[in-house]
Amino acid sequence: MFGYMGKILRINLTTGVIGTEDLDFELAKKYIGGRGLGTKLYMDEVDPQIDPFAAENKIIFINGPLTGTATPTGGRYMVVTKSPLTGCIASSNSGGKWGAYLKYAGYDAIIIEGKASLPVYINIEEEKVEILPALDIWGKYTSETSAALTEKHPAASVLTIGPSGEKLSQMAAIMNENDRAAGRSGVGAVMGSKNLKAITVSGSQKPEIANPEGLKAVTKECRGILKENGVTGGGLPTYGTAVLVNIINEHGVYPVNNFQEGGDPGAEAVSGETLTEEYLIKRNPCHHCPIGCGRWVKSEHSPDGVGGPEYETLWVFAGDLGINDMEIVIEANYWCNELGLDTISAGATLAAAMELYQRGYITDEQLDDDVILKFGNAESVIHWLKKLGNREGFGDMLARGSYRLCDFYGVPEYSMSVKKQDLPAYDPRGIQGMGLQYATSNRGGCHVRGYLISPEILGLPEKLDRFDLAGKEVWVKVFQDLTAVIDSLGLCLFTSFALGAQQYADMVNEVLGTEWSAEELLLAGERIWNLEKLFNLEAGISPEEDTLPPRFLEEEMPEGPTKGWVHKLDKLLPLYYKERGWDEDGIPTEERLEKLGLL
Amino acid sequence: MAIKVKLFAYFREGRGKIVPMDYTPGMTGQDVINTLGITAPEIAAIIVDGVDGKVDSMLTVPIKDGGYLAIFPPVAGG
Ligand code: SF4
Repeated sequence: MFGYMGKILRINLTTGVIGTEDLDFELAKKYIGGRGLGTKLYMDEVDPQIDPFAAENKIIFINGPLTGTATPTGGRYMVVTKSPLTGCIASSNSGGKWGAYLKYAGYDAIIIEGKASLPVYINIEEEKVEILPALDIWGKYTSETSAALTEKHPAASVLTIGPSGEKLSQMAAIMNENDRAAGRSGVGAVMGSKNLKAITVSGSQKPEIANPEGLKAVTKECRGILKENGVTGGGLPTYGTAVLVNIINEHGVYPVNNFQEGGDPGAEAVSGETLTEEYLIKRNPCHHCPIGCGRWVKSEHSPDGVGGPEYETLWVFAGDLGINDMEIVIEANYWCNELGLDTISAGATLAAAMELYQRGYITDEQLDDDVILKFGNAESVIHWLKKLGNREGFGDMLARGSYRLCDFYGVPEYSMSVKKQDLPAYDPRGIQGMGLQYATSNRGGCHVRGYLISPEILGLPEKLDRFDLAGKEVWVKVFQDLTAVIDSLGLCLFTSFALGAQQYADMVNEVLGTEWSAEELLLAGERIWNLEKLFNLEAGISPEEDTLPPRFLEEEMPEGPTKGWVHKLDKLLPLYYKERGWDEDGIPTEERLEKLGLL
Repeated sequence: MAIKVKLFAYFREGRGKIVPMDYTPGMTGQDVINTLGITAPEIAAIIVDGVDGKVDSMLTVPIKDGGYLAIFPPVAGG
């Protein structure tokens, strides 16, 4: 078997039984790996209506066929389970090196089932797989856990949850290498619900490659393309993703004060240019990544350096809270990593709480201390973030995410979320395609299920009119299917700023010995997209949830280059359903499912 | 009056963040980038007085007296 290791590890935490199973190669090829194969394996075993925190729920850690190969960025793994935040299928991916190490240990995937009676962690050293007590690390922060486990297993990569996952916060992340996160959809809480604190993994096996010389050649070609490209060889390595702050802000779609405005004259203070000039120590790349967008930065709080914030994190702890302080953003990012929190949902929930305070729903009396959750109140950010992460006092309300918080006060419309997952850093009123993509994302509010920002704002691969509706449904479908492919291969989505479907096909063909065309690969992406949709429908997620918060549909953007615009979802959604071959209610048709091999 | 040219990422190197320029009637983005030594293919995105569009066509749009340009090299993230 080429590319894959051919083995799945199954661990039952209730019984302590550990076993291995052969990977079904044909099934793997049909769903590629990673996100696609993980979803298929999960759906074959778990009732979509399951309570995500039930012992009967499962959580799958799975690699793509290119994870652990020499391909550029080939180091990513995916976590697949049912999201406790959204109720949708959750597939969150992370870089670092843990995914590659799992492959080197000889496995394509780990299926975790059951629930341990006491906190445990799993140690994997190729054939040696053990469930070990974790009482001494339960309650510890991410870096403390990593340090303790690295001392015991020096060759291992450490994946862990923080206190937020242990306390079942619906926005808990899974961390590896301290600052790499499978961040979204609350996957860390599912680990926590199983009393599983961490997984350490090491090994020295390598996947067999169908055509090693061919892979060498195509890898060299792709690395060359990535190096020559202005984004992957210039903008991202130099400035990181933070470089987006200024360009998004200048277009009037940089959300401020919980999306009440679309621009911030002070955003330069938290821009990629400022981060690079004043805070950057060095780049902090993931395994086998020639792009290296990751940052290692210093601040007053962390003079020796700490993992740096991404664009979304910069925005959510700055503009979205009405504050522009790089020191606070770096510290907030640090605490999210230590507590094991999704930075987007954590910051967005603080923003929603601030809007509830602004409108009088949350009062001074309800907050159990005197640090007021108010837009622009810099001292509130770290204070309430820690309380959220530890579920202390009113922080317990915040830990449920913005939707549940606002819904508690009877005003869910102040949660800037889709399917209960908080939206990232782009106001859809001025980016019509992106708004359609938000509304139709299978995991709720998300920017990595097809990144329409590329053509609508950044001019990549070509500049589209961001207000025009024409053809946007076609772009959205292609981008969604392509990101499903890349997530399933085990590569980083950022490669797609330079590489196209043909290059992905070339790489995977040399690894697996397949002869897929770019079209066949995209068809697999469409299959994966439809499979996820089927899960959501069976889980009770109605197509009525394919929508946006009313603010974007009804309230015109008040100022700036997007002034006067609302999102025109009512016009775009029917076109999108048609483009997908779904019926007018947003349900995949039998005809389309048959074509995709899903019936 | 003057116009304001806002530069981003590595376009700032040797030029600064904001470059003021004298306004001349009918001046376009093309005139501005000629003065700054930036070529059209280097630009990924451009905004003229709050309006964005394809780079080539935006470079021909007359800038308003007292107006501004924002010019970006290829940048991305997410
Ligand atoms: S581009 Fe950034 S996120 Fe992607 S693999 Fe490289 S360092 Fe990691």
